[in-house]
Amino acid sequence: MDTIVSVKPLLAILTALAGSVLVMLSGRKPNVRESWSFVAAVTMFAIIASMITTVAPAPLGQGRTIVYQLFSILPGLSITLRVDAFSMIFAVVASFLWMLAVFYSAGYMRGLHEHAQTRFNACFALALFGAIGVAFSDNLFTLYLFYEIVSICTYPLVAHHQDEEGYEGAKKYIVYLTTTAKGLVLPAMILIYVLTGTLDFPHNIQSGIFPAGTVDSHGVLVTVLYIFCILGFAKNGIMPFHNWLPGAMVAPTPVSALLHAVAVVKVGVFCTTRVMLYVFGTDLMNALNLGIPTAYFVSFTILAASIIALSKDNLKARLAYSTVSQLSYIVLGVALLTTSGIQGGLIHIANHAFSKITLFFCAGAIYVATHKKCISEMSGLGRTMPFTFGAFAIASLSMIGAPPVAGFVTKWKLLVGTMEMETHYIGILLVLLASTLLNVGYFAPVTYKAFFGKRPAGEAYEGIKEAPLTMVVPIMIAAIISVIIGIYPDFIMNFVKAVTG
Amino acid sequence: MDFLLMNDMGFPILSTLIFLPLAGALILLCIPGENAARNWTMLVTIVTALISLPLYWKFDVTTAKYQFCEQLAWIPSLNINYTLGIDGISLLLVLMTTLLMPLCVLGSWRYIEKRVKEFMICLLLMETSMLGVFMALDLVLFYILWEAMLIPMYLLIAVWGGPRKVYASIKFFLYTLAGSVLLLVAIIALYLHQGTFSIPALMGQDYSSTFQILVFLAFFLAFAIKVPMFPFHTWLPAAHVEAPTAGSVILASVLLKMGTYGFLRFCLPITPEATLTFLPYVLWLSVAGILYGGFTALAQQDMKKLIAYSSVGHMGFVTLGIFVLNQKGIEGAILQMINHGITTGALFFCVGMMYERTHSRELSAAAGVGRFMPVYVAFLTFFSLSSLAFPGTNSFIGEFLILAGGFADYKLVAACAIPGAVLAAAYMFRMLQRVVWGGTNNPDQSNLTDLNLREIVTLAPLLYFVFWIGLSPEPFMNVLHVSVSHLIEQVGVAPGDSVSIAKLMLP
Repeated sequence: MDTIVSVKPLLAILTALAGSVLVMLSGRKPNVRESWSFVAAVTMFAIIASMITTVAPAPLGQGRTIVYQLFSILPGLSITLRVDAFSMIFAVVASFLWMLAVFYSAGYMRGLHEHAQTRFNACFALALFGAIGVAFSDNLFTLYLFYEIVSICTYPLVAHHQDEEGYEGAKKYIVYLTTTAKGLVLPAMILIYVLTGTLDFPHNIQSGIFPAGTVDSHGVLVTVLYIFCILGFAKNGIMPFHNWLPGAMVAPTPVSALLHAVAVVKVGVFCTTRVMLYVFGTDLMNALNLGIPTAYFVSFTILAASIIALSKDNLKARLAYSTVSQLSYIVLGVALLTTSGIQGGLIHIANHAFSKITLFFCAGAIYVATHKKCISEMSGLGRTMPFTFGAFAIASLSMIGAPPVAGFVTKWKLLVGTMEMETHYIGILLVLLASTLLNVGYFAPVTYKAFFGKRPAGEAYEGIKEAPLTMVVPIMIAAIISVIIGIYPDFIMNFVKAVTG
Repeated sequence: MDFLLMNDMGFPILSTLIFLPLAGALILLCIPGENAARNWTMLVTIVTALISLPLYWKFDVTTAKYQFCEQLAWIPSLNINYTLGIDGISLLLVLMTTLLMPLCVLGSWRYIEKRVKEFMICLLLMETSMLGVFMALDLVLFYILWEAMLIPMYLLIAVWGGPRKVYASIKFFLYTLAGSVLLLVAIIALYLHQGTFSIPALMGQDYSSTFQILVFLAFFLAFAIKVPMFPFHTWLPAAHVEAPTAGSVILASVLLKMGTYGFLRFCLPITPEATLTFLPYVLWLSVAGILYGGFTALAQQDMKKLIAYSSVGHMGFVTLGIFVLNQKGIEGAILQMINHGITTGALFFCVGMMYERTHSRELSAAAGVGRFMPVYVAFLTFFSLSSLAFPGTNSFIGEFLILAGGFADYKLVAACAIPGAVLAAAYMFRMLQRVVWGGTNNPDQSNLTDLNLREIVTLAPLLYFVFWIGLSPEPFMNVLHVSVSHLIEQVGVAPGDSVSIAKLMLP
């Protein structure tokens, strides 16, 4: 593998850190503070974008891997950054959406006159620092380090309102995430280090870090480690450790939008898939037959979460369970262990991010404009907020997997990947079809009622009344991009194909 | 004697380190005035710290022999010598002690208002005896210094302590003394057997199994009380809660380490066979301590008690690392001794600073200070993260090595210790959440002032070490390698080969 040393990944994550410090220092001047956030977001995106030509595969760039070692701690244990195609899928999306979220959250927080906006913005930047750090990790230890940083730095965001409900949600959040990380990932990481003497990811998805022969000598132990890793990164929302996610919805909507559609949960699935492909590797997973049980295991989450979503009237809660369900698509795709399956799973990291952030942004815009949280109250609201609900309709089509929106690409690849399997394809196909129907079941009524439902008594139609422009513009951008990457998926697909080789 | 490398620095550096604080204490007797006493003690401790630094630079990392040695005949008729020397195991402990003392003085600057001179004298006497314990290579010298430490520590708790200081100080004294008596018995038994008090000469001798077991038990009890290992820990929370800040810091950072240092210096090399016999029990006791400490810490309302119980858990990790008897485990344990000294010391300073402001150690009284004391909260956060072994901080490296050593040979034991790591996160986050955020009905904290320069200077060096060891532990690990592999050789376990007797007891 062609690697070059460059300081750029370090600069990218330090930008977020510096942004956070500058935000804290300029707390008294809201405009200066928000512009620091924006400058940091743009700078980070620019640095990451500048690495595209180096990292992207042949037609776009040179297909190299950027590596930068920060600290060497013990033999085989270091803090090292790496940018490869897999990192870029997540990093490009997250840093781009941060820019939108900065605008949106400025509009949202000011629109509602929220308290402690400085802390909010500083922690927001810190969360991105952790998320991009996860994307750029070269080994399991660095990954774990940044994973934990994300957990800690998002606590203040979840507890933002500082009322009973906020503290309860935040407590649940931190208990779930740190218990699983410390109780499962930490021992798994140490045992992997004891078995192999290293935690560095290899540069392909086949070999994993276990030396040949481990399957025979330590087959059971490796299987246990695998289970620990799947469940341990609880940010991936796989049941039974998903309950923090609906609990964390007490946070302000921009937090739900960026963190629970993009940064936090994607950190979870990114870690899970990174570990599946780069620690265990497809060869070992095939040899121990780990793929199909994983696929069925996450299928349960896909279906169960969708069914729970059906029963939720609170829009954010419904979106939260939708997130739980959709995240498992990503893990499912990778667990199929076929080329198309893995591609379908990985590209969903990007597709889901754009669509789901649109949905959350819409929920926030509705709340700011009308103070409504429940779907049953939104009947007929589409005529008052046509842009918001238009975007909502587009994004929910993507979640359902209808062409030409982004989610279709995922569904297509996943279905192809399932057909490529030698056994069990019927079972997985049924899961995919059932979940698509369920997606329609819980998304379609929202849009339908908004546009065609009857307005509640006593609320006359008073013309178009949208949320502030700083909120509507990011919504429209995110929705439009959802369509664009549905029609032209090649940009991200290039990186995905470089991963599967 | 071929195991000693005599000192060639041109002056007796180890003796200087021991006697400088003692001389400082004697001169302090004649210095009038409270501020003069503070300044003088500060000067003495800083000079001691500066003199100790060359130990690190001149230390030869390629040999397991004792270095900078000094030997003088003391009571020739009984073959008692004044022998000093340090190896890789004691070097870091000596440096930690000398570097921590100036911070203790600084941390007590305003906290101690009555009998300042006497307090400072006690601190200096403590320093002399603590350094002596880590340097002594003669059992009689070791024992005298070990006992000498009790008196100033007793005074620190009994004179400058909190409301239940009499109870706490007597409990501390009795527990430690009970251990010391057994230590004395073991020392005399060894002398009668070999006719020498020289610690290195007693290692690797041919003792019968029964003799080894008896000596091991006597040593073990003395040190287990000092560590303290579960179930000998009950003196610790009482002593910590009542002691003044500097007393808690010295107690947690240095005194507890003497127990684990004793295991490494006496139990393992002198009675290797007995060590292997008792190894499974000690491992399970360590796990019990880890879990017990964690659960109890989770239930505390008093911040000092919380940290005291967390010490029980952390020291459980240290003994676990020592008794897995492999390179990673023991290196991790020694590093963790240093880490615990830094982190827990710093946490006690933090609690003390809060106590100076609110005159309470209750979590509820300190709830929600985050808005008014951002600097304090930042320090507290970093030290708490270090205490729960957050990756990138010092404790993570220690725990990682200990658990890696544990998983290599005793998977079940190590797996049972993992909940301890989870509990550490739980009780530290609980404390942090209370202090930084509180709940919906916090007491009014708006009259609190943030840390002043003196307090920041007290904490900043510790924070520096938290990240230095956490991100680049090599300078600290380098001095350990040779001494630890020599120690493992002495116990007679081939690397990678697990112990046969222990195997019967453990899956």
